[in-house]
Amino acid sequence: MSLFLLNILLAVAWAALMGTFTVGGLATGFALGFVALWVVQSLFPGSTYHGRVWRWLKLIVLFHYELIVSSFQVAWDVLTPTQRSRPGIVSVPLKAEGEAEVLLVTNLISLTPGTLSLDVTEDCNTLYVHAMFADDPQEIRDQIENGMERWVREALA
Amino acid sequence: MILEWVLSALVLLSGFFALIAGLGILRLPDVLIRMHATTKAGTLASGLVMAAVAVGFGDASTIARAVAIVLFLMLTAPVAAHMIGRAAFRSGVKLWEPTVIDPDARAKLGVRHHGTPGGD
Repeated sequence: MSLFLLNILLAVAWAALMGTFTVGGLATGFALGFVALWVVQSLFPGSTYHGRVWRWLKLIVLFHYELIVSSFQVAWDVLTPTQRSRPGIVSVPLKAEGEAEVLLVTNLISLTPGTLSLDVTEDCNTLYVHAMFADDPQEIRDQIENGMERWVREALA
Repeated sequence: MILEWVLSALVLLSGFFALIAGLGILRLPDVLIRMHATTKAGTLASGLVMAAVAVGFGDASTIARAVAIVLFLMLTAPVAAHMIGRAAFRSGVKLWEPTVIDPDARAKLGVRHHGTPGGD
């Protein structure tokens, strides 16, 4: 976390030296500071700052991709005359721990293709999802576990 | 010129997905499948129109507001869908015939309702 503070300090320093105390100036300073800290990474052994930022970026990009894919899938289903979905309610064991992780996973699952979070058991370790194509429940479980859930756990770890 | 093309594309796509979300409510067979359409397509539609606003105005305060609006939508839309779906499932709303329900679901979630088609 101290690298993050250092990065903010570098951003403020950049904005002060360039005399541009605007959002753009601070953002430029932050980006340059991030690169500078990345170059001298080895001075801060055991720091997870860059890896963490990278995993958050990965989560955000992959999530937007999935949201677009799922919207086109829904559009196809709505516009074509026959309903080809075979829906089902599937249980998914959760590895995510803590309410923040579970909340993020369930929210993101609702926005990704074919699945909608329905309910979580009292002990927070089984999620029930409504799936559009539930021919093979195991496949859905694997998809969630190796996709969204893993990305969220990496980002929050 | 290019900016105008980008803006038109964003607004038109947004309108298209909003239409899909609305049509989905009319056309899809049961409440849970309808929630799929409204959460996914609806969120994307509002995100695209906010992207158009941010690109079109291009100043910091508008962009900040657009980003905040999209973030709040992504936070609230799935929660709303989740609550509606959960309430529907718990109160035993009829699901579409082909729906396959996990045999343990009702017991594990503490639902007392029985006798809806597709399950049991």
